[in-house]
Amino acid sequence: MGFLFGKKKKVQQEEGEKQRPGIRFPEGIWIKCASCLEIIYKPEVERNLNVCPKCNYHFRVPVMERIRSVSDEGTFAEFGDDYESIDMLGFSDSKKYSDRLKDARKKTGRKDATVIGTAEVGGVPVVLAVMDFEFLGGSMGSVVGEKIALAAEKALEIGCPLIVFSASGGARMQEGTLSLMQMAKSSAALARLGDAGHAFISVLTDPTTGGVAASFSMLGDIIIAEPGALIGFAGPRVIEQTIKQKLPEGFQRAEFLLEHGMVDMIVERTRLNAVLALLLKTLTAHTGK
Amino acid sequence: MILQYLDFERPIADLENKLEQLRRGDDGTDKTVRDEISKLEKKIVKVRKDVFANLTRWQMTQLARHPNRPYMLDYINFCFKNFIEIHGDRAFHDDAPIVCGFAELEGERVVVIGHQKGRNTKEKIARNFGMPNPEGYRKALRVMKLAEKFHLPIITFIDTPGAFPGIGAEERGQSEAIARNLLEMSHLKTPIIVAVVGEGGSGGALALGVGDEILMMQYSIYSVISPEGCASILWRDPAKAEIAAEMMKITSPDLLKFGVIDRIIPEPEGGAHRDHKEAAESLKKELVQTLASLLPLPIPQLLDRRYAKFRAMGQFKKKAGGAA
Ligand SMILES: [Zn+2]
Repeated sequence: MGFLFGKKKKVQQEEGEKQRPGIRFPEGIWIKCASCLEIIYKPEVERNLNVCPKCNYHFRVPVMERIRSVSDEGTFAEFGDDYESIDMLGFSDSKKYSDRLKDARKKTGRKDATVIGTAEVGGVPVVLAVMDFEFLGGSMGSVVGEKIALAAEKALEIGCPLIVFSASGGARMQEGTLSLMQMAKSSAALARLGDAGHAFISVLTDPTTGGVAASFSMLGDIIIAEPGALIGFAGPRVIEQTIKQKLPEGFQRAEFLLEHGMVDMIVERTRLNAVLALLLKTLTAHTGK
Repeated sequence: MILQYLDFERPIADLENKLEQLRRGDDGTDKTVRDEISKLEKKIVKVRKDVFANLTRWQMTQLARHPNRPYMLDYINFCFKNFIEIHGDRAFHDDAPIVCGFAELEGERVVVIGHQKGRNTKEKIARNFGMPNPEGYRKALRVMKLAEKFHLPIITFIDTPGAFPGIGAEERGQSEAIARNLLEMSHLKTPIIVAVVGEGGSGGALALGVGDEILMMQYSIYSVISPEGCASILWRDPAKAEIAAEMMKITSPDLLKFGVIDRIIPEPEGGAHRDHKEAAESLKKELVQTLASLLPLPIPQLLDRRYAKFRAMGQFKKKAGGAA
């Protein structure tokens, strides 16, 4: 625990935070909201779970802050933190994949784009997986697929629910077809968890698209979306180019998915813990856990 | 069907045209013409061998998309008997880019499911260029459940540029439809053989691609994103597709090496489009053998095997244990 929330990690998180779209630091502790453009006091936003106090805009949440805010105090124990991506294809575009990995590790202080661990949420034991959009756009390569599968298998072993917070642009092209196969791998692990009667709650945060949306993210027994989150299979630009027409306002946003019956609910961050706790109590009421 | 030639097939095409002309002028009396013909025939074989021995990944991509390449229904026609097509997802629509049905493979009743592209403009539009909407995947799943219920093995044919990127597709849950198939296929209680016969385009391909044995026709591709899509994102230039294809390593020998597929099915000299029947016979032989090897397996063992197969896919380093 101490290691996870240690000083070093915190500094790196804030460095990552500065590069996030929508947050700028004109004077260090003041930030500008990407939605209402108000200048707001940063500690106030943080106290408010990274939600704009003026307009309710949901900023992206750094992974460790998410874990801290969702899990009961002192209950999170990370596992599977020794998996590291490799450049199995020798992939290089304007930059080598191996260098992209190095930079992402430096920027985030993490080995890849997912953190998994056991925790309690509202007093219910769970396995928790949180994706890190700061690490190469949360893209799913072998390690992300492996860790989602490990998380599902751990939940199966313990006999408890699994909660996954998705934040990803999709599969990691630099790992080629092996990254595509992570969709099958993670989904297969969820099938086993489901067959044993354990719940999977999927929380979709901004953005959840491509191969992550088209695999484990959309397989929740309960699917919760954060307000305004971009969720979809194909990227908006690809769709526009294919159908050669402008996309409607709000297309592929959480509210659009709710309207079309694709998610169970949209939950504001400030209410999320209470909703998760209630759902977990309900979904574990008859599993004897 | 008019045979079309790819750029790199040009040297072969030129020789074949020459041969055609000679043959037309040959009345069987002139020995020099006959000699010329036989010389030319030998040369064609050699040139074709040379071209096909050194194919780049981009050339293989072009072969996988060849306009004359056999499609699912061609294989059904050559390999199977008594095909009965089954339509619709029972909820919204009958999606034509995915074909489902019952058929008979060497006397064994099976369920066949696959992507279907169109040959001419009218067919292409009707088949939506082989790009399914969510209801296509839901139709496929409905038929897979039938296969499970009636203890029929499933053979799937993969050949799509990808799932359709459209407004309606998103509204009706393209991601959910693909994801659901991945989950359900992973524990479906009947043998599943997957054959990648053309373009294995991304999640839209994989949504029919979870099975016990994954076969791939020699000049097919299987990729997380199209080379053009990858190039436009990473190089900001779709014209760099050739480099993207090289980088992503999407051909059958690559994928055999990475453990994504189990076997490569040889294609006729010059590619499957040169001889549909021979290509189909090659596939059929493999399908019959594979099916015979899967049918005796008890279902729990089959499912454990299927799980282990996909569970093992991926490469990474583990700090404690080294490369896995
Ligand atoms: Zn605001």
